[in-house]
Amino acid sequence: MSNLPQELKYSKSHEWVRDEGDGTYTVGITDHAQGLLGDMVFIELPEIDRELGAEEECAVVESVKAASDVYAPVAGTVVERNSAVEESPELVNQDPYGDGWLFRLKDVSGLEDLLDADGYAASIEE
Amino acid sequence: MPFIPHTEEDVRAMLAAIGVDSIDDLFDEIPAELRASGLPTIPEGLGEMGVGRLMQQRAADDGQPLCFIGAGAYEHHIPAVVWEIVTRGEFYSAYTPYQAEASQGTLQLVYEFQTMIAGLTGMDVANASLYDGASALSEAVLMAIRANRKSKSKRILMPVTVHPDYRRVVDAIVRNQGITLEFVPYDAATGMTEMAALEKYAGEDFAALVVPQPNFFGVLEEVDVMTDWAHANNMLVIGLVNPTAMALLTPPGEWGEAGADIACGEGQPLGSPLASGGPYFGFMGCKQEHVRQMPGRIVGATVDLDGKRGFALTLQAREQHIRRSKATSNICTNQGLLAAAATVYMALMGPEGLRNVATASHANTRKMIERLTDAEGVAQVFSGHTFHEVVLRVNADADSLLRALAAQDILGGYHLGEEYPELQNCLLLCATETKSDEDIERLAQNMARIIGRNSERPVCNKLKPKNPAQYGFNEE
Repeated sequence: MSNLPQELKYSKSHEWVRDEGDGTYTVGITDHAQGLLGDMVFIELPEIDRELGAEEECAVVESVKAASDVYAPVAGTVVERNSAVEESPELVNQDPYGDGWLFRLKDVSGLEDLLDADGYAASIEE
Repeated sequence: MPFIPHTEEDVRAMLAAIGVDSIDDLFDEIPAELRASGLPTIPEGLGEMGVGRLMQQRAADDGQPLCFIGAGAYEHHIPAVVWEIVTRGEFYSAYTPYQAEASQGTLQLVYEFQTMIAGLTGMDVANASLYDGASALSEAVLMAIRANRKSKSKRILMPVTVHPDYRRVVDAIVRNQGITLEFVPYDAATGMTEMAALEKYAGEDFAALVVPQPNFFGVLEEVDVMTDWAHANNMLVIGLVNPTAMALLTPPGEWGEAGADIACGEGQPLGSPLASGGPYFGFMGCKQEHVRQMPGRIVGATVDLDGKRGFALTLQAREQHIRRSKATSNICTNQGLLAAAATVYMALMGPEGLRNVATASHANTRKMIERLTDAEGVAQVFSGHTFHEVVLRVNADADSLLRALAAQDILGGYHLGEEYPELQNCLLLCATETKSDEDIERLAQNMARIIGRNSERPVCNKLKPKNPAQYGFNEE
């Protein structure tokens, strides 16, 4: 069973969202998703200041098995991108909820549509 | 005898197995209005003997004229061993094989090709080739739009000194993707892209500037200045280069402070004959940082389980079989056979041999310019430096002059007047290493005679080639 921190919110498309308490929200992909994709070889992140709509394709994670789109779990504006994962994509495999985060958003909307850990766990068991 | 492996009985058995009545039924889901009802303009099929005769007749019609036309395709000597090697069964295919890694020899050859193109253009990486120079430029434009993250526009700066056909092909491919081309004029005195005209776009948002070297007029552009200007204005630089010229000129990777970001061009001068316009091949290379935006196949070197060197397709997540509609290009194939010929050609010539070809072509063009402009009524149009092509204005009707030369079995250049109305009666001529002093003399004497005669009395209508259409001329 993959790791699902209780304090995070989740999307059905396997992104997680963390409220940083300062108006920004951090986004990454779940442990479950990275496990399915396998070893990451390349990450493409959205540009700073880009305004994302909910469920908009905004990043690409490429593993030895496949290249997959990452969707914005909520609408918002990109304020920070994790350039460390561009240099070292394996961070997403090693620490998906920590050093392997992808980008941060501000002015977000649509948080209420996200799942909690149990809801996400149920969705991936379907 | 039809070369179709299935007998009618086989086909019936296969249809029965899947429960379908006829082959037509397999295409049911394509709406009737989208299906071709027939091919009325295609003539009846010919047998092998008939096709052989037709092709021989067409080859004979082409003849073997003395050719001084370049304009994008260049006659170079191709050592006999080039096509002797690439027509071997092991290489004789237009494509990289579908089960690519099973064909290590082919992959090694493609890898060598990429290495040579990267070396020639000064780029970090090169792909396995593209269809031709014009489509390579189109792909470079699409790539620049994706790769330039500072640019929000879908606009490209394109000098009008880029080959007119290339500009049309690029426009046709990118227009419906919302990408626009802004054309930059040239300086009428030098034949180079006008920096003052470029300067008007300073501060505007463009994804890239195309820099042709040499340009369509055979003139050398100020590539360092153009590259630095583009980078200072947050544009990427696409170098569109003649591969032969790269043996003498600074490669795109070394232009200006930072070098061009993408290099591409027509590969035909490297071992492909002038075969009525094709098949040719395009080449493309880029800086390492843009490699994931590059289209086309890329072969990489690796080691197998035993540590032995081997080759594999790499970075395939860019390609359509993995990324579908989000692939970097849906033309991910390449021109394997022509690229193979180029690889053998480059390996045979080596850097020194290629430099000799380039130097001899340049020297012959200089000779041709001196000899032709010696005569009354012929003058060089542009003051910019040339590589192996030149624009000459003739004091005659250029189309009539070319027709009269063709009657003497000489292709005396390409008339620029149609594409560039301001260059009426201006010819673009090329003399590669294949042209001897005698050839140049023959061109010069005929040209002087025809121009001299024309200035005295009207065009002689009897001096027409037997079959003008074959040279691209229309009957009057």
